[in-house]
Amino acid sequence: MADRLDPSHPASAASAREALLARTPGVIEPGHTFGSVTDRIASIVLTHRTPIGWFFGFAVAFMFLMILNLTIIKLLFTGIGIWGNNIPVGWAFDIINFVWWIGIGHAGTLISAILLLFRQQWRTSINRFAEAMTLFAVACAAMFPLLHTGRPWLAAYWLLPYPNTMQLWPQFRSPLIWDVFAVTTYFTVSLLFWFTGLIPDLATLRDAAQSKFARTVFGVLALGWRGSARHWQRYETIYLLLAGLSTPLVLSVHTVVSFDFAVSQLPGWHATIFPPYFVAGAIYSGFAMVMTLAIPMRAAFGLEGFITMRHIHNMTKIMLVTGMIVAYGYVNEAFFAWYSGNLYEEFMMSNRMTGPYAFFYWSLISINALMIQLFWFRGVRDNIPLLFVLSLMVNVGMWLERFIIIVTSLHRDFLPSSWDMYVPTRWDFGMFTGTIGLFLALFFLFVRLLPAISIFEMRTVVPEAKLRTEHH
Amino acid sequence: MSHGPNTTEALYGLMAEFDNPTDLVEAANRARLEGYTAMDAYSPYPIEELNDALGLRRGSLPLIVLLGGVLGGLGGYALEFWTQVIQWPMNIGGRPFHSWPHFIPVTFECTILGASLAAFVGMLALNRLPMPYHPVFNVEAFSRASRDRFFLCIEAVDPKFDRHATQSFLKGLRPVGASDVAP
Repeated sequence: MADRLDPSHPASAASAREALLARTPGVIEPGHTFGSVTDRIASIVLTHRTPIGWFFGFAVAFMFLMILNLTIIKLLFTGIGIWGNNIPVGWAFDIINFVWWIGIGHAGTLISAILLLFRQQWRTSINRFAEAMTLFAVACAAMFPLLHTGRPWLAAYWLLPYPNTMQLWPQFRSPLIWDVFAVTTYFTVSLLFWFTGLIPDLATLRDAAQSKFARTVFGVLALGWRGSARHWQRYETIYLLLAGLSTPLVLSVHTVVSFDFAVSQLPGWHATIFPPYFVAGAIYSGFAMVMTLAIPMRAAFGLEGFITMRHIHNMTKIMLVTGMIVAYGYVNEAFFAWYSGNLYEEFMMSNRMTGPYAFFYWSLISINALMIQLFWFRGVRDNIPLLFVLSLMVNVGMWLERFIIIVTSLHRDFLPSSWDMYVPTRWDFGMFTGTIGLFLALFFLFVRLLPAISIFEMRTVVPEAKLRTEHH
Repeated sequence: MSHGPNTTEALYGLMAEFDNPTDLVEAANRARLEGYTAMDAYSPYPIEELNDALGLRRGSLPLIVLLGGVLGGLGGYALEFWTQVIQWPMNIGGRPFHSWPHFIPVTFECTILGASLAAFVGMLALNRLPMPYHPVFNVEAFSRASRDRFFLCIEAVDPKFDRHATQSFLKGLRPVGASDVAP
């Protein structure tokens, strides 16, 4: 916008910049003070009155959580044969859902770490719950590899280098063990980052809580934080360092996840585009989930002053960019299937586009390549109910992407005699919807029990925080 | 709290309360120029200018984090080398036992893990947290240090600390409140 202005007229440039600023919504509603942001956010946690909608939402989530429990019990007593995957489709819902959940987690780290390093102030009011979303999504993701072993209590020496009496060690030349290290490191570092961010806010809740019980619990968790300048200095140092460490980490996690496929020799998986394409898809789906959670949350708790249209717009734009990278990935896959001149690669692609799963392939293209073009329009970016629906669609689209990559590459392999169809069973769906229940139940508990927006970082964006500059 | 003339031993320090960050930074600057060293400022969010105002030096945390990362990375690689080359060598598709490119992802993850754990534990340890009790919490107004108030505390251990002189110095900073901090 600014480059269109005539630089010889500084007055017109300044007024045009002002006009642009006036059109851009702020990161916080005007009129807030240190006290008002503190009270507004802390009151969601400290109030005795839980909104009725919370109970309703939690009940629904809890029901699906119980379905998850039922599925796990059935799985442990019967075995993984209750799932629909069988040779040639040896991997199906377990890895589809694993990749889907891990990908969703990535937006949380992007917001909390990468946007922090780029000094994007608008991240401040969405980083806390996006980080919580990361933790819960990774927890849901981890259930699948753990349970697909069938006997998770033995997974200790299958997955981890644990000195057991059989002297068996994991095979470090396999991407699957890289995955174990990547995901456990990711969970641990995300947890540390999240908890570090919470410490000053827990101290706020400790000091604001009325009941002795709440004061004690928050007091223990706050570790005696008192806001000392010496503490803040070290705190800021490690907060930035953790952000700097999380940035390559988050890129590595989905890269390693894509290695699970790319390192194999299977047409449809063996592609060098996979790491960047997976990382972009992860951020894309993650922002869709942040949007899916943020839109109802800001309405339910009246947080429109903190999660403003600026946040909604920016998230939409990031989804547009990453979605187009993903769409480029689809084009690239199709191009190289043709350009390789390899019979199996070509067949894999034409089977994807015209085979028995073609409906899902074209649904995925319609959502991830065509539908997201709507985000170009300001009218769409301003339409909250529509954005909610679109963000749900993106979640569906990214799930379909993993389904297509995994199932269509496997179900018609090199030997036509072993071709087969994959159909998920009700236990597959039970486990999948069950993890959605787990995710939502954890999220409902989180928004009620902990500050869903970082209070101390919100204090830094209110006007009062600016030091007066006149000298005495 | 009642104070006789000889209660200096029973005092952690003297505290001034401000209602905006600018006054706190200025107060800290003045106190440093006055020659006070054993003091601390408390604020509800990090204020970069306080580091200079209090004369805080950059600590050793970055070095600790670097060390944690190096140890983590070396540890990860050593684990892979020992299990795959020495303890239980296996021929996987004719690759050398020490097929180092395969060992990079785990080494990388362990580097990040080591550095992050060092950052978190290092920050808590250098800040002496968790600390269940601290004298500043004896000041009733201090509960607003986590909300919207700013505090400067000059501690009794300061060589320049004198109950009356320090008190009048703090009063001269035009705080919105001043209190004694019981130990």
